[in-house]
Amino acid sequence: MADTAKPRGTGRTGTRRRTARKEAGPTLNDEQPKVLLDYYRQMLLIRRFEERTAQAYTQARIGGYCHLNLGEEATVVGLMTALQERDYLFTNYREHGYAIGKGIHPRRVMAELYGRSTGVSKGWGGSMHMFDTEARLLGGYGIVGGQLPLAVGAALAVSYRGGDEVVMCQMGDGTTNIGAFHESLNIAALWNLPVVFVVINNYTGMGTTVEKSSAEPELYKRGSSYRMEGVRVDGQDVLAVRDAAADLVERARAEQKPFLLEAMSHRMKGHSVVDPAKYRSAEQAEEAKANDPVAAFEARLTEAGILTDELRQEIADSVKDEVADAADFAENSPHPEVSTLFDYTYATPVPNESSRMPADPVFAEQ
Amino acid sequence: MSVITYRQALRDTLRSEMHRDENVLLLGEEIGVFEGSYKITEGLLKEFGERRVRDTPIAEEGFVGAAIGAAMLGLRPVVELMTINFSLIAIDQIINHAAKIYGMFGGQTSVPMVIRTPGGGGQQLGATHSQNIELFYSFIPGLKVLAPSTPAEAAAMLRAAIRDDDPVLFLENLGLYNTKGEVPDEEVVAEIGRAAVTREGTDITLIGYSRMAAVTTRVAERLAEQGISVEVVDLRSLRPLDRETIVESVKRTGCAVIAEDDWLTYGIGAEIAASIQEGAFDYLDAPVRRVAMAEVPMPYAKPLETAAMPSAESITTVIHETLSAVGRRVG
Repeated sequence: MADTAKPRGTGRTGTRRRTARKEAGPTLNDEQPKVLLDYYRQMLLIRRFEERTAQAYTQARIGGYCHLNLGEEATVVGLMTALQERDYLFTNYREHGYAIGKGIHPRRVMAELYGRSTGVSKGWGGSMHMFDTEARLLGGYGIVGGQLPLAVGAALAVSYRGGDEVVMCQMGDGTTNIGAFHESLNIAALWNLPVVFVVINNYTGMGTTVEKSSAEPELYKRGSSYRMEGVRVDGQDVLAVRDAAADLVERARAEQKPFLLEAMSHRMKGHSVVDPAKYRSAEQAEEAKANDPVAAFEARLTEAGILTDELRQEIADSVKDEVADAADFAENSPHPEVSTLFDYTYATPVPNESSRMPADPVFAEQ
Repeated sequence: MSVITYRQALRDTLRSEMHRDENVLLLGEEIGVFEGSYKITEGLLKEFGERRVRDTPIAEEGFVGAAIGAAMLGLRPVVELMTINFSLIAIDQIINHAAKIYGMFGGQTSVPMVIRTPGGGGQQLGATHSQNIELFYSFIPGLKVLAPSTPAEAAAMLRAAIRDDDPVLFLENLGLYNTKGEVPDEEVVAEIGRAAVTREGTDITLIGYSRMAAVTTRVAERLAEQGISVEVVDLRSLRPLDRETIVESVKRTGCAVIAEDDWLTYGIGAEIAASIQEGAFDYLDAPVRRVAMAEVPMPYAKPLETAAMPSAESITTVIHETLSAVGRRVG
């Protein structure tokens, strides 16, 4: 088949954007209330965590660039739920929620944002570069598209050893225009590698719309150039994302081949904490707000009688405590020692490696 | 001990390392069915199969990045880039990823991979195929950059590179592939990060690496016949750079000439000259001179290309000029 792009889940081919979520997604009927409440709690945790992050950033407790998952909570939780513990995850730089969703304690994520030695990358990575061997988060990456070839390589290693892990590789909509995207999809398809590429389409790459940057703005169709099945899903619906992602992850595992998933999501704030998003019209901003996935899921669970007032309060309180605890932990954690500055240049020690500080002479004995 | 070519030394080492360690696999354009643009991987597809000798599409960024990702999970990929010029297409993966992943994530994962690639002008390949841009990689902490000049070094250093847990840029040279030399029968593993005094002398220190190390040795032999005693330092490792060995040699001879197959401005020679002035200032009898490529995009026409490249003759001239400048000895 030359064109294997098949819209699945709630997303049909519609050419008008933002139509995907108007259609009915999975119902709550087949779901266990406990599971649904857990999804809700995870989404709320990411929401509050990111709000606290923004606050700490404006208080200059966090430095560098800082991109938040606000508006992306349903997508994050849906995707992470679809992965098995043994599966690997690569992300771009908008990753705090993914780190938490992959099972890393919020304390260690916040400590990384604060640049402390208790952080998930020991304070060496910051917001954009979180990594955890045990949780199998193989990195957030700050260069657009940089994580794709790496994810393909990780899947190559899995395939080389005959393993049954799947690699998920998350990216933004803008990434589908860079060369590494196309090289990676091609290689993954040629070599039958178990990797699920996930495009988070929040309609905007920084301030440039998808229509203005992508000649084929229905991004899931881009897999068809590589005979790779592409699927679009409503990223505002945690159940739809979970179902679509789990289907592709398990098919990647069973069939040993790559897939492309596009999740239609919203970015509630600017590109990063410091971006006031003035390029967005009032209507667009209002639309993002109206598509708040946490509020929508909360309303849905309430309507179904699953989320009672009492439970809502209980969850809100426990999430609030968890986020406060994470911030306290970060605040009270030590900064990395300057004496560790040269600890991570090389894994295999090597003679003549430089450990010269800025004002040191080149020859130590001078 | 047997006498083999630099090419054979590389091939034998790849083969023996693949037999030694199942995690070693080869990736690159035309390395399998075609057996390598320069035939380094000849016979290896037949011996090891497609799983371990993997022809890639023409997608340097993609397959270099894939090698990095595979290395993060513990494989030991050896990537062949057809020439170092094409590394520019993969430079984001090499510099922003291979070199950063160990440190950026607090030492949680290493990247045990080798990128083998030849540099070298002199083949009338024109401006885009005749560059020596190992400088770009030698500039980057997190990478190790090796530049062997003899078959024995090529074998020992490739073995070390494959067994090392860090990303290694392994610089070969088109002009060296057919050169021959003695290679020990036993497996020698080089120590990365060390230069070597390959010929002792008393009048002047002559420093080179890769093809230039071979040329400097010939120059030293010829000058010895004229009674000039040249000490030759082969850098072997461009990162880390073994400044001690260079400076100790200059302290003995009092003057230095650097030969590099590369442009002069901001080059590796500039770094060495700066190191010499800082480490051996009181011992210097003459300014440190550099013999380097003319600063032009390399032309195709043979007379222009020859004129632009450093040669035994140009190195000899600069040695004479340096020695006569201090009045110590005029050849």
